[in-house]
Amino acid sequence: MAASPVQVTGTVLTTRRVDAYHALTVVAPGVADRTRPGHFVGVAVGGPSTSMLTRRAFAIHDVKPDYGGTVELVFTVRGPGTAWLADLRARDTLDLVGPLGRPFPLPRDPCTCVLVGGEYGSASLFALGDALQQRGCRIDFVLGAPSADRVFGALRARRMGETTTLTTEDGSLGMRGKVTDVLAGVIADARADVVYACGPMAMLQGVTAVGVEFDIPVQVAVEEAMACGIGVCMTCVLPVIGDDGVTRMVRACTDGPVFRGERVRFEDVGTIPFDALGAPGGRHA
Amino acid sequence: MAQFFDVTRLGAFVTRSITMAPRAGRPTPRMAETPSGLLNAVGLQGPGVEAFLTQELPWLAERGARTVVSIGGGTVAEYTALARRLADAPGVTAVEVNLSCPNVEDRGRVFARDGSSAAEVVASVRAATRYDVPVIAKLTSDVADIVAVARSCVDGGADALAMINTPVGMSVDVDTMRPSLAAGTGGLSGPAIRPLAVRCVWQVHAALPGVPIIGMGGVTTGRDALEFVLAGACAVAVGSALFHDPYACPRIQRELEELLTERGFDRLADAVGLAHHPPGSGPRGRTDLEESSL
Ligand SMILES: Cc1cc2nc3c(=O)[nH]c(=O)nc-3n(C[C@H](O)[C@H](O)[C@H](O)COP(=O)(O)OP(=O)(O)OC[C@H]3O[C@@H](n4cnc5c(N)ncnc54)[C@H](O)[C@@H]3O)c2cc1C
Ligand SMILES: Cc1cc2nc3c(=O)[nH]c(=O)nc-3n(C[C@H](O)[C@H](O)[C@H](O)COP(=O)(O)O)c2cc1C
Ligand code: FES
Repeated sequence: MAASPVQVTGTVLTTRRVDAYHALTVVAPGVADRTRPGHFVGVAVGGPSTSMLTRRAFAIHDVKPDYGGTVELVFTVRGPGTAWLADLRARDTLDLVGPLGRPFPLPRDPCTCVLVGGEYGSASLFALGDALQQRGCRIDFVLGAPSADRVFGALRARRMGETTTLTTEDGSLGMRGKVTDVLAGVIADARADVVYACGPMAMLQGVTAVGVEFDIPVQVAVEEAMACGIGVCMTCVLPVIGDDGVTRMVRACTDGPVFRGERVRFEDVGTIPFDALGAPGGRHA
Repeated sequence: MAQFFDVTRLGAFVTRSITMAPRAGRPTPRMAETPSGLLNAVGLQGPGVEAFLTQELPWLAERGARTVVSIGGGTVAEYTALARRLADAPGVTAVEVNLSCPNVEDRGRVFARDGSSAAEVVASVRAATRYDVPVIAKLTSDVADIVAVARSCVDGGADALAMINTPVGMSVDVDTMRPSLAAGTGGLSGPAIRPLAVRCVWQVHAALPGVPIIGMGGVTTGRDALEFVLAGACAVAVGSALFHDPYACPRIQRELEELLTERGFDRLADAVGLAHHPPGSGPRGRTDLEESSL
């Protein structure tokens, strides 16, 4: 279930660089105590008189009880919004709405889970790993990125995971290649029951395909461009197959960002599949 | 929105436009941020009127929201059918006719661009709607003469006018060298269009001073809302501001009340259209509280 989100004006506690990424810890009571692994926040960027109207979505990397509750975000500079965030310093304020979205569902009974992270996608996997270990699950990590400086959290993964496999496309860390090249081996060795994945869409698609081969469930956290993050604007949709077998254009922000991988029609993301509910000229129209 | 504040405090909640059949909308990306604004091409995604009536409307009614149901169609017949379908549904405070939909019988030209087809839609919706439920015509600024379209809608039976719907805009991503939106063009909203919207409200209020106007387009603060009121709106709606601040509606409402008190107004009605008149002349217009769009 989605926790009810709140808006808070948080205070930046610390900022740091982690390889290619920026990490920002913000005092945000109310957000922190409701956060479950997989939740994200909507961050207002640019200050009070900004011309940037939409909030930016970031996965919540870490939650700590200090100062009434802090959340940590890990991000890469992509455009003006993230550039503004990267310039924040301790004691600056930051306007957050969260926690948003549906968190990762956790297994009822102890089982073996492989956690797959691509680039900053691994940021949301460590809180998940903690929660899984508290339930007696075994966890194994597979983290990958184009290059070593963009693999996030390798050390922490090594400390937490039963095994940790790293991949880089340029071979600068771990195995040369992509996470999907090594995933089948990791699943087989660990006799994994579940896969959790967060990262670029193409990676999620590949991970889901591997999960399907092994006939084990894959939970993916998707990234779609969002304008509101709270379910009112319908800009963040992607085609997902429902329990009734019907494909609907569902909102990544409130129906996700976590979905069953095999339910997401990755090859049709960015289109309206002809058989989706309400598609132009489709059979349900 | 109900998770952020008490919706009963809003003057009304305007739904996104409801269509007859379920609609999947346009492909993504559907959104591109622009300076002080937002381009969107959602394409009226929604579950269709039946699901709306069985699921969403009762949900809104349960929460005590006064609901203005926006309707969208491709033909006059579709608008009429929608209005008929809503006529016996409990909990419809008003019907808003979104005239910015392509008219499939007129090579896709939107109804709101042509006074006579807009009036035809309004008249048939008016005839199909219960007498005590107001019909609001929603206009676009993308016309040569908004006053002419407004007048046609009023002649067609519109009880009030809402303006403005999003003017059509476009942006090109210079990195991918492709349009930013999958649909190519999209509707521009947010503070970027406020001057355009205020101009429309001003012109229509000047020409049709007795017609209630719901003003919208880039309202983010109480001051923005007051600007619309002074230009001639008797109610103000808020859309894109919610993307930045989910509490925008109660905040804007509070700010507007404070501004009115500071300026010595007892009632919002006394400020409506005041910018048209030299200081001291009489007020006019019907009063409403705020609305939230989307
Ligand atoms: C659920 C979710 C979790 C995310 N978690 C992280 C994270 O942990 N770390 C991280 O670095 N990034 C994350 N992102 C991506 C992040 O939101 C974008 O990088 C950021 O919005 C870019 O803003 P900008 O102004 O720098 O870039 P611009 O490209 O200038 O952004 C312009 C507009 O596009 C939207 N936008 C552009 N790209 C994206 C995108 N990929 N996803 C969503 N919105 C986009 C922005 O919100 C903004 O409205 C996440 C996105 C989602 C949806
Ligand atoms: C994402 C989005 C979806 C919208 N959907 C509708 C709609 O379904 N029907 C409609 O009449 N107007 C729709 N609008 C237009 C708004 O109701 C409003 O007229 C416009 O956005 C200007 O107000 P704003 O600047 O406060 O958003 C939409 C606007 C946005 C941004
Ligand atoms: S981002 Fe607005 S509905 Fe998902």
